[in-house]
Amino acid sequence: MAEKIQIEIVNRRDFVLGASAVAALATLTTLGSGEALAKSNWADEMKALIGDAKPATGKVSLELPEIAENGNTVPFTVSADSPMTAADHVKEMHVFATGNPVAHVVSLFFTPESGKATATSRMRLGKTQDVVAVAVMSNGKVYMGKRQVKVTIGGCGG
Amino acid sequence: MAKPRVKVPKTAKAGDIILIKTLISHKMENGLRKDKKTGKPIPRKIISDFSAKFNGKEVFKAKLHGGISANPYLAFNAKVPASGEFEFTWTEDTGKTWSAKKSITVS
Repeated sequence: MAEKIQIEIVNRRDFVLGASAVAALATLTTLGSGEALAKSNWADEMKALIGDAKPATGKVSLELPEIAENGNTVPFTVSADSPMTAADHVKEMHVFATGNPVAHVVSLFFTPESGKATATSRMRLGKTQDVVAVAVMSNGKVYMGKRQVKVTIGGCGG
Repeated sequence: MAKPRVKVPKTAKAGDIILIKTLISHKMENGLRKDKKTGKPIPRKIISDFSAKFNGKEVFKAKLHGGISANPYLAFNAKVPASGEFEFTWTEDTGKTWSAKKSITVS
């Protein structure tokens, strides 16, 4: 009789352990896919804009505060190194906040009459993250610059 | 609601690259915020397009998204070969537009 009860207890414990293991696994998988989504998010948005082009590092610079106290308005300046002539100029610049729910922040379209491929604006940042700027040149070359910003209070609503 | 403000230098030398600063008051509701009372999401309503023309020719254009802060500020450059007029247009995603004009004398 005593033996039987013990077996029962063991079984139940096994069952509980097994169930929690399954639950933990389920959480892990959902977490994993969520993270993958957030990661591929901005890469997909970038692909939609520049196609399969592989951006080279350099030529693009970003000016951003190292620590943004208020994520609602983070001033930023993006610029690309270019002579801005009719033959050789920056056509487009796309700015992404890689950790925002919608990563694509702004697209800037320059012409040789812009004189300089520089623009300043203010963006919202939800959390500490990398800000990426991608420049598309008139000859089709693509360059990329990156900068990390630490955000104290996020600014994406919620 | 929205009122555009633009700063363009009054004079410049031919071929100069000038700095133009623009600002428009707009909430830039990104569609992610929720109404605190009802819990329902507030629909997206942003300025989605901006363009700057000099004597009728486009010099700079921008497509804005929800990641741009309220009261969108944009500063950019333009090369001025001759005197003329800048025309700036802001377009909301509802189709509503605002515009401003500024002239510059080039010597």
